Parts: sequence; C-alpha cells; structure tokens
Amino acid sequence: MSAPEWGFDSIRDVVTAVLVLVAALMCFAAGVGLLRFPDVLSRLHAATKPQILGVIAIVADVAVSNPSLVTITLAVAIIFFQSLTAPVSAHMVGRAAYRTGHFRRDILVADEFRGHD
Amino acid sequence: MIARIVSGLVPFLGLVLIWVLIWGQVTWLALVTGVALALIVSATFYLPAVRLSGRINLWFGLLFVLRLLGDIVVASLQIAWIALAPGYRPSNAVIAVPLRTRSDLVMTFTAEAVSLVPGSIVLDIDRETSTLYLHALNVKSVDEIPELKRKVLDTERRLIRAAGSADDLARLSSGRTAAAEEGAP
Repeated sequence: MSAPEWGFDSIRDVVTAVLVLVAALMCFAAGVGLLRFPDVLSRLHAATKPQILGVIAIVADVAVSNPSLVTITLAVAIIFFQSLTAPVSAHMVGRAAYRTGHFRRDILVADEFRGHD
Repeated sequence: MIARIVSGLVPFLGLVLIWVLIWGQVTWLALVTGVALALIVSATFYLPAVRLSGRINLWFGLLFVLRLLGDIVVASLQIAWIALAPGYRPSNAVIAVPLRTRSDLVMTFTAEAVSLVPGSIVLDIDRETSTLYLHALNVKSVDEIPELKRKVLDTERRLIRAAGSADDLARLSSGRTAAAEEGAP
C-alpha cells in the first residue's frame, strides 16, 4: 500500500468530521448550560442559541458529504427556516417568563424594561 | 396598486418556493400543488400585507448575511465557553434599544437577527416607538450596555442599507430614533 492520497474525498472527510464535532460540541455546551444557568431567561440562551450553530454545522455537513442540488437547496431551506423560527420560540418563552416573574432579578445589572411591560 | 400586488405576491411566491424546495425537485406536480397550497394557506391564514420598502441592495444584503453568520459563530463559541468554563458567575441585563426604523419588516428582521445571535433574546417589542427590549447574557456591569446597544443598532443599520426605505435611510443618517419622532409634535 502506498501512502494515503490526499484527494478531494479525504478533504471532504476531514471537513465532515470537523463539522460533526462542532455540532456535537455545541449540543453538549447547550446541555451543560441548561443545567448550570440559574434562571429561565439565562437557560433560554443555552437552550435555543448554541443549537443554531449546531444545526448549521450538521446540515452543512450533510450537504458537503452528499453534494447535489437537491441536498443543497434543502439544506439552505432548513437553515433559513430554523433561523427564522428559533428566535420566535425563544421570544415567546422569554416574554412569558419575564411577565410572570420567573427570573432572578438579583443577577441583572440593569432592567430597562421594568415599568414598560 | 403595484406595490400592493407585489406585497401580496412575494409571500405567495415564497410559499411556492418552500414547497418546491421541500420536494427537492422542480416538477409540474410540485409546482401545481405548491401553488394550490399557497392559495389555501394565504386564504385561511390571512395576514395584513407586508409593506415592502420597494428597494433592495443585494451587496448590502450579502454583507448582512455574512456578518450575521460570523456573529453567530463567534457568539455561539462564547456562550459555549461560558457554559463550560469553571467559575461561572451569573450576571445579566435587560436593556431597551430604541431603533430608528419605522418599518415593521426591518424591525422584525432586526429582532430576528439579534435573537439569532447567541447572548441576546428579544423579550418584547414596542411597535409604536420601535423599541426592542433585550435580555443579554453575561453582562458584567452597566458599562458594557452602550456597546451592546451599538451592536443592535449596527445590525439595524446593515438591514436598512440592504432593504430599508428611503425614509429609513434618511433617519439613519440623521440618527433620529422613531421614539423621538413619536414624542415630537
């Protein structure tokens, strides 16, 4: 056997592996954040945000490992709609949590919303 | 009249496009069922027409998307680090950011973009004064707040440059906020 050749396929494998790792790391961090952050509003950050990079990485990964027009258009659609809807759910939960007082006021350095709600 | 037709047509074509994208192939069947579904959806879930600004700058649009992606990557890593690093001490802030735009669309997309970047969640929006209320993670002191607000206004500026109305552009260069105009006689 000769030394492994660094062709297009192996570069693609490396990119795939890196993207999967990034996505896994993001999901892991989100899980840890969910446990460690103290109140609903902070946990929302962990629950909704690192995932968006995780989703982008995973979907990009599928598109890289299986590049065809169908996969790429679907990948773009998935990323676009995930990005469009994730903030909406975060907003709804955040709004409800603020209005019902399910958050810790003592860890806020400022609250400019107070009195406007 | 033309503006009204275009305003209705853009979401309609968007729905058809999603349908075709979901099928992953452009066939007559996908196209026809897409048009039929888009008609049903826009008739049953009737929404007031979105007022489009009537101008779009693709170059600034591209800059906006690239900058947003960059922000997402950087901020995701920061939040991941905050979650994993030892010695985490919670310290957050709720801030009010008065925007300059008067357009619902630009305001919505600013809120979306700001929410999408980790570290900030839009808690509420005051449509009358175009004010966003954000919850920001890991704000150690009040000194960091002006920087946070500047970032939100930068996002708004990029969006207005990409697809804002001439009116919004003028407000952008004068620096007036919609809230200030609301208060003026």
